[in-house]
Amino acid sequence: MSITITDVTYSFKAKPVLSAINLTLNPGFNVLLGPNGAGKSTLLSLLTGQRTLQQGNITFADYDITQETRAIMGQLGVVFQQTTLDLDLTVLQNLTYFGALHGLSAALVLERITPVLTQLALIERLHDRVRSLNEGHRRRVEIARCMIHLPQYLLLDEATVGLDVDSRKLIIEHIRAIVASQKLTVLWTTHLMDEVLEQDPLFILNQGKLIEQGLCQSLLLKHQQSSVFDLYRALTQPQGLL
Amino acid sequence: MNAYLICFWAILQREVLRFFQQRSRLLSALVRPLLWLVVFAAGFRSALGVSIMPPYESYILYQEYIVPGLCAMIILFNSMQTSLSMVYDREMGSMKILLMSPIPKSFLLLSKLIAAACLSLLQVVIFLLLANLVDVEIPWWGFIYAIPSVFLSAFFLGALGLILSNFIKQLENFAGVMNFVIFPMFFLSSALYPLWKIQESSLWLYWICQYNPFTYCVEMIRFALYGQTNIQASMVVLSCVLVCGWVAVGTFKPKK
Repeated sequence: MSITITDVTYSFKAKPVLSAINLTLNPGFNVLLGPNGAGKSTLLSLLTGQRTLQQGNITFADYDITQETRAIMGQLGVVFQQTTLDLDLTVLQNLTYFGALHGLSAALVLERITPVLTQLALIERLHDRVRSLNEGHRRRVEIARCMIHLPQYLLLDEATVGLDVDSRKLIIEHIRAIVASQKLTVLWTTHLMDEVLEQDPLFILNQGKLIEQGLCQSLLLKHQQSSVFDLYRALTQPQGLL
Repeated sequence: MNAYLICFWAILQREVLRFFQQRSRLLSALVRPLLWLVVFAAGFRSALGVSIMPPYESYILYQEYIVPGLCAMIILFNSMQTSLSMVYDREMGSMKILLMSPIPKSFLLLSKLIAAACLSLLQVVIFLLLANLVDVEIPWWGFIYAIPSVFLSAFFLGALGLILSNFIKQLENFAGVMNFVIFPMFFLSSALYPLWKIQESSLWLYWICQYNPFTYCVEMIRFALYGQTNIQASMVVLSCVLVCGWVAVGTFKPKK
């Protein structure tokens, strides 16, 4: 169940945002790294159908995003950079609403979500309004929500930005555990280097271009860098700033 | 249960929950028409005489005359506020979640419109019950007869609101548009004065009111409340539902 991005170019008001992106995301925990404004969120919005492709092609296994959007949406779990929860509803109401948008009954949602919420230490907050939750808890709700319909693909756009260390650790460990047990294809976009492990497939985006891709440890060897941070700096910052 | 039914039910539940949780919206939805009925109508009661005209079979008090217009006003405000919630959802990001659904967007929009129509109906019923307390007597069967008219009007005005929401990028702009849409639609209609009275004072104003589709919502509801059908008004509103519904679904812009 791979995601294939072929020759994707995207411009916004004549300004190029993505240039000829080619990459394949295989099952596992794929990391998309890039500075602010690199085009990570734009790429994700193309993958989620929030923006329309201008050039190139995106396929999820055999499904073409321009032709079979609805079929893809049924298999796609997403956590957006900006929170998308309804603040006036409770955690449970938010989750059952999302489940219903995928045709799932409230009973089924509750059955599926109870163990996830327990793992994410949220079960006690099930009937609290989202407005009363802190940012870390809201993120956890969104992580739980994106799994309700048992997706094959997970796209997470800077899901841990702005969270404390404990929340970040809990979320990233939870996602990695899911990937290991369910063989999902995950795209994790971030600019936080400590979230990348050496065995992760790594994609580095800078100024709308995919400047490097491969296994993290292979890229470290290739560029003779000792850490992901050094590798990232060497590839994304102009020589004069190093 | 069918996936579509589950989805529709969830959208309806969400709209109802949000409505009752937003206390100021709930309160203003009831206080606004009551103020018009109790304060405005009482003041104009002696100034405005309403002669016998269909569907009324005898002279009526001005309070009784404006009740159908106020019902339509409730629907107008509620429909526009539903569109406002679409702008809010778009701005706050929750629209993205709607777009992640594998269920067709046209069905999701239709569900939203039905949910808004149900809320309009609920508010109209509460208002009519309260109107009874100030001696405006609507026959009980008028409540039943008016349900399709309220739904049809709510669909038309909801679809119109959706079209408007496509052109609005920020919540702040929506308030301005509401002033340019809601108030002209309401005042340039037969909601507050019969059209023959407007014709007496200004012919051009009369023609504007005649071409205002909201006038037909008001008249359709007015006749329905007394167990009658205004065929012309119903046909105009039905046409507006079809045209605006088609345009609203076709031009719906889920993104900012």
